[in-house]
Amino acid sequence: MTSEKFDFALSIGGAAGQGIATPGNILARIFVRRGLHLYAYNAYQSIIRGGHIFLTVRVSDQEIHSHGDKLDLLLCLNQDTMNRHLGLMGPGSRVVFNSDTIQPGKAQKGAHLCPLPVTELSGGGGRMIQNTVALGTFLSLLGLEFQVLEEALTLQFKRKGQELVDQNVAAARAGFDHAQENFEPFAVPLPRRPKALAVWTGNEALAMGGAAAGVKFYCAYPMSPATGVLHWMSKNARDLGIMVRQVEDEIAVANMAVGAAHAGCRTLCATSGGGFALMTEAIGMAGMMEVPVVFINVQRAGPSTGVPTKTEQGDLWQVLGASQGDFQRFIVAPKNALDAFDIMPELFNLTDKYQCPGIVLSDLLISEGTFSIDPDKMNLHPEIDRGELIDTPSQGNGYMRYKNTESGISPRALPGLEGYVHLVATDEHDEDSILLSDEFTNPHKRRMMVEKRARKFKDIEKAITAPQLEGPEDAQVTLIGWGSTYGVIKEAVEQLNLQGITANQLAIKWIVPLHAEAVGEIVSRSKKTIIVENNHSGQFYRYLRSETGLSVDGHIRKYDGEPFMPHHIVEGVMEQLAGTVDHTVPIQEIMV
Amino acid sequence: MTIRDTTQDMPDQPPASLQAKDFKGPVEPDWCPGCGDFGVLKGLQKACAELGLLPHQIVTVSGIGCSSNLPGYINSYGMHTLHGRPLAVATGVQLANHELTIIATGGDGDGYGIGGNHFVHTARRNVDLTYIVMNNQIYGLTTGQISPTSSKGMKTKSTPFGSVEMPVNPITSAIMNGATFVARGYSGDGKHLVDLMKKAIRHKGFSLIDIFSPCVTFNHDNDYKFFKPRVKKLEDEGHDTSDWKSACEKALMWGDTIYTGLFLQKEQPTLGQLEPVLDEGGPLAYRSLGLSKEQGQNIIKRMM
Repeated sequence: MTSEKFDFALSIGGAAGQGIATPGNILARIFVRRGLHLYAYNAYQSIIRGGHIFLTVRVSDQEIHSHGDKLDLLLCLNQDTMNRHLGLMGPGSRVVFNSDTIQPGKAQKGAHLCPLPVTELSGGGGRMIQNTVALGTFLSLLGLEFQVLEEALTLQFKRKGQELVDQNVAAARAGFDHAQENFEPFAVPLPRRPKALAVWTGNEALAMGGAAAGVKFYCAYPMSPATGVLHWMSKNARDLGIMVRQVEDEIAVANMAVGAAHAGCRTLCATSGGGFALMTEAIGMAGMMEVPVVFINVQRAGPSTGVPTKTEQGDLWQVLGASQGDFQRFIVAPKNALDAFDIMPELFNLTDKYQCPGIVLSDLLISEGTFSIDPDKMNLHPEIDRGELIDTPSQGNGYMRYKNTESGISPRALPGLEGYVHLVATDEHDEDSILLSDEFTNPHKRRMMVEKRARKFKDIEKAITAPQLEGPEDAQVTLIGWGSTYGVIKEAVEQLNLQGITANQLAIKWIVPLHAEAVGEIVSRSKKTIIVENNHSGQFYRYLRSETGLSVDGHIRKYDGEPFMPHHIVEGVMEQLAGTVDHTVPIQEIMV
Repeated sequence: MTIRDTTQDMPDQPPASLQAKDFKGPVEPDWCPGCGDFGVLKGLQKACAELGLLPHQIVTVSGIGCSSNLPGYINSYGMHTLHGRPLAVATGVQLANHELTIIATGGDGDGYGIGGNHFVHTARRNVDLTYIVMNNQIYGLTTGQISPTSSKGMKTKSTPFGSVEMPVNPITSAIMNGATFVARGYSGDGKHLVDLMKKAIRHKGFSLIDIFSPCVTFNHDNDYKFFKPRVKKLEDEGHDTSDWKSACEKALMWGDTIYTGLFLQKEQPTLGQLEPVLDEGGPLAYRSLGLSKEQGQNIIKRMM
């Protein structure tokens, strides 16, 4: 904790099934209601009971963009958590644990152990009661009044009856009082900012962005870490008039989505890499039929089943090459949750205008992360532009779905309209939809149609804002990232600047189209360029080279399943500036 | 529960404004001479005309294969999709615009092989569409290999020593999967086919018509000579279409007698009828986009 910026992080560790989510949610709610900025990352595994879960919640009175580098407060719900994490708790930190069941190890000098005799304090009360006792202790350590917690607990448990509310409030009270008498609170109490904030996950942001964009059809097959989009859509479907379907597999998902989109609905579906693989053929169908439809791929560590609950940026080439043949597609990798929300209407407008599929490349870090958000920053009523869409009947005839226009964009009529009866096909077709593939091969028509579709993307860069350098132009080092690494690189840049190293960031959001010229220019004039990626092979680095012909000076790559922490990048930059190496793979020190 | 009527009423004898020829598409079929699919196409065009449908009210959705070229040969909106996927695509179209008449078409490989999963789930969901399968018990477009409905022992290019696999029975499968209209037709009996198609299109829910549509080029085991003496209409036998057990027994018969006709029909709400989102406001595809002020406020309220 520094005096100028309040920057505080707590963690709760235990096994799956020990009820980490509930105290996590209660604390998050208390923090954002005080107007504090929040960034939460939950490290977990693909099991319902057991294993090791480690939730980190970081709060600040200023904007924060990662889960940070250090912990101030730790709650151990089991011995395993104590054994794994105690050694990492620095001077001034507090470690809270149930002293009935957990033995503390050897703490670092200056770390405060806060044992709770839970049975004595709670008078029994079940397996989960230690969480509530600890919550009371947290409030005392953070210098908050007890009433805040009492309200939060009442809200949390009132649906389950007054008895449970009373029991939890009493347990929390005991934990609070015990702390008041026995533990020294943190020197700086939790501040308050004038305006309350809300919380959302990245998946919720994607879903809300879709709803704001006018999505009327959402279908999915459950797959971590994309399932949160389905859950939000299902819950809100009836209120918002959205058709939400869970279907038999991702093949059906993607094909159904193309059907609904062709019929006229703004249509969205989300999955992770494995499901996306199954969707691939239908994405090509949308390319050939020129159907606007949006697919979300929430990346997790691959290949194959990989590490289902861990983050990675490993699907870039998968989405670049999704489906056979040459066709037009948008690919966008949002930088954070608000960006994920904002890109949805923009992407739907683009796919409608250019009549092609759009792909959102999110990842577990953004999608399953929990963040504070100022609702005033959310534009729930964005501009909606459906492009050249015919939706009124006509008595005329001679409509050609794939008319060879100068722009390459052919006005699109929806099925059901009188006067526009036409076929769409996965086979190559002529302007009037008649298949070319079963004609005697017609190279001239085939060339015409390939060029018609390609013309839509001539100068497509101009339809989208080009990326810009963040930070001083003449910095010693330029950090290049894409998608979700934006926040952690931003914080690394701040730390480097504090250490007297000038750094800036080039954050890439639009993968296709890539503003090759603008990016190339920035890379060329930078003093030292380092690409930061959450994968092994440098997927973006290879893409950048293929599109610009340019190389970079160094790489920082992480592929152990855990996201970057700011200091990983800072240390990588330091050693690369020293000239000893040009490739850094940071070590994940917190074993989760 | 009240069941909403999601398609226009189709009386038995509507004023026929269009003739079968008005449903001819812009292209002549490129099927082999003698192919059973000609009869199916002709029957469908006639059925549409006799039901009083107009071309723009219909969407035909097919997969890949000889028979899946059908949407190119009929005057209606059409989607010629991916191999095995017409039912998934058609479900999307149906839910996006439930006022359309959806006819999915394809072959036995497309529907019961590569698309088998969608066949199961579209049937159990009772999506309001008609699925016409031109079953020739062979892969024709790939020049003759066994299909999921090929008989055991059949010799093809991929089974030169005879197939050792049991074929799938589309009729019993559909019944077990919860289809609400299950019929079998024969391309050689056009009149019967038109009658079945009209009933199927009129039926609210998932209708399957599996049609023997001989491949005269690659399947010499199951040609017109094979079917003609064997096919018997259930309608002539007084079959009770509400009796699923009897339907299954008759569907499994594969000897001197092979039954065609309507095996099973039951009334059950369709997926669209059970989905409150479609209750008011017309087809989703034509609703205004964007959130109302109140919807936006509710979203924020739930986040706080």
